[in-house]
Amino acid sequence: MSNTTPVKQEVQKEAFNWLSLIEKYRVLLIFIILCGIAGALSDVFFTMSNVMNVLRQVSIIAIIASGMTLVILIAGIDLSVGAVMAFSGAILAGALTAGWPLALALLAALGVGLLFGLFNGFITARFGVPSFIATLAIMVIARGMTLVYTKGYPLVVSNDAYRYIGSGRFFGVPIPIIIMFVVFGFMYWMLKYTSFGRYIFAIGGNEETAILAGINVRAIKIAVFGISGLLSALSAIIYTSRLMSAQPTAGTGIELDAIAAVIIGGTSLAGGKGGVTGTLIGALIMGVLDNVLNLMNVSPFYQSIAKGLVILIAVLVDSKFSKIKK
Amino acid sequence: MKKIISLLALFAIIIGLVGCSMDEGSSTKTSGSKSKDGKLKVGLSMNTLNNPFFVAVKEGAEAQAKEDKVDLVVTDAQNDPGKQLADVENLLEQNIDVLIIDPADSDAIAEGVKKANDAKIPVFTIDRQSNGGEVVTHIGFDALKSGKIAGNFLKEALGGKGNIVEIQGILGTNVGQFRSKGFNSVVDETPGFKVVARQAANFDRGQAMKVMEDILQANPKIDGVYAANDEMALGALAAIEAAGRLDEITLIGCDAVDPAIEAIKGGKLEATIAEPPVFLGKEAVKTALKISKKESVDKEVILDSTLVTPKNVNEVKTK
Repeated sequence: MSNTTPVKQEVQKEAFNWLSLIEKYRVLLIFIILCGIAGALSDVFFTMSNVMNVLRQVSIIAIIASGMTLVILIAGIDLSVGAVMAFSGAILAGALTAGWPLALALLAALGVGLLFGLFNGFITARFGVPSFIATLAIMVIARGMTLVYTKGYPLVVSNDAYRYIGSGRFFGVPIPIIIMFVVFGFMYWMLKYTSFGRYIFAIGGNEETAILAGINVRAIKIAVFGISGLLSALSAIIYTSRLMSAQPTAGTGIELDAIAAVIIGGTSLAGGKGGVTGTLIGALIMGVLDNVLNLMNVSPFYQSIAKGLVILIAVLVDSKFSKIKK
Repeated sequence: MKKIISLLALFAIIIGLVGCSMDEGSSTKTSGSKSKDGKLKVGLSMNTLNNPFFVAVKEGAEAQAKEDKVDLVVTDAQNDPGKQLADVENLLEQNIDVLIIDPADSDAIAEGVKKANDAKIPVFTIDRQSNGGEVVTHIGFDALKSGKIAGNFLKEALGGKGNIVEIQGILGTNVGQFRSKGFNSVVDETPGFKVVARQAANFDRGQAMKVMEDILQANPKIDGVYAANDEMALGALAAIEAAGRLDEITLIGCDAVDPAIEAIKGGKLEATIAEPPVFLGKEAVKTALKISKKESVDKEVILDSTLVTPKNVNEVKTK
């Protein structure tokens, strides 16, 4: 008897390793399977121009979702991203039309996004208002301010240098894709290698402990919301440049897509667990799904059902694996 | 103490923000409930004010109201039929003489129309109709005809054959449905047409760009594109231009908003259909005036839809 025990243990250990490997890369696995199906259904899916097309479309949601990841990591939520995006875009278009130099107009847009974000963080951290409510209020206010500023009309932009941000290419790669990867690279580094990143995980894991450990929770929270606002403005810069006009309806509902990308990517809504790599793949899953349904010319009515189902499956698989691990 | 100060600061900011937006909103309203100076008071319940088409309807109505010295009270239902019912109730409370409704939803608004009937306030609809209650008249464009004009334009321009893409509006509205129905009635009787893609982009420029990008990827050969409004046509145009396929594709929009007119002049957009929203707004206020004077009005007023191409783009009046 005593001879067989170690062998059994070894087998168990190996099986566990295999499972844990899937567990670790489950989001990536879902993504690869989805791409496989997409490639089988449509012969244009894997062409270089379509891959670039998907990545470029995804960049806007992905950049917002990377900021949303930080917010969700500290167990918050930011509903204002779409409205802040619309307002930053409107400010940018207004500044360019008023003859501001491009760099200054871009800074103004980013500044507006940052300010809204910091304000979100301030209300949440200083007064203990749940971020759901605080950012909901800011969402409504920012949307209203956009309508006041644009009077309900799209603001047309004409500036050739600015067009390059959304439509230009660098060594064949569209600029929005480069911006997206730079943002994700930076966020990955920040979360993994800086004390700021570690504090974010600490706060999400247990806020009380974080306070006791001497972390300035309030400052970190404000900074996190500030980053989310800043990235909304960055997305606005790309979106406005792609259309060469600031739309008053820009970003409507984008907060939900961004949250979905974060959750599909495996970041826990309870905070403290997850990261931006998963979010990038989560955003890609949604982008690929949209793309392949359009390539196949599936009726728009069925598209949203299919999209909802995939989100559901991704989240269910996720919760199943979390249970196995426990 | 510090807490109170920051709380006060917060309040000040919020009140400041709300104040700003209130100022803007109330510029169309007038103080007091009943117009004491004997001016006609008209309520205009709009379905939305964050779509350029409807903003222009409102502006047309305001311009006409100013000219005719009519008090105009405008509400914005933000595309929500529930909110629109509340708007109608609020307007009826304000002693208006005539009520104009641009319904967010043709079925849901019937209740609002009945409320006006009960209050004995003359009411009529513009743009979209009400499927219930008693309206004095309806003023609008013929969406079915507009779709047919678009279909016939592509038929003529492409010599009756080619790969066609249709970008649809919000399919829950009758304008969206009828434009599509009209367009497809022409497509169905044109055997040379092959619809390679039919997608909805909800009358939104950004959504149309995304949808068109995907369609361009999937279809190496596209001859004609019909977008059910100009916003979507401009979104599709951005995608087509980026793909460098401007010369290959004949694109037609609808509404004739300013940027679309510019795009036609610039040779990028082939055509649009003038259904100028400003005229609709003006006509609405003129009709309200007629009703108040007890003049007779037609049960239904259909405003002209005209095809706009590079040939007549300089003559078409949209304001």
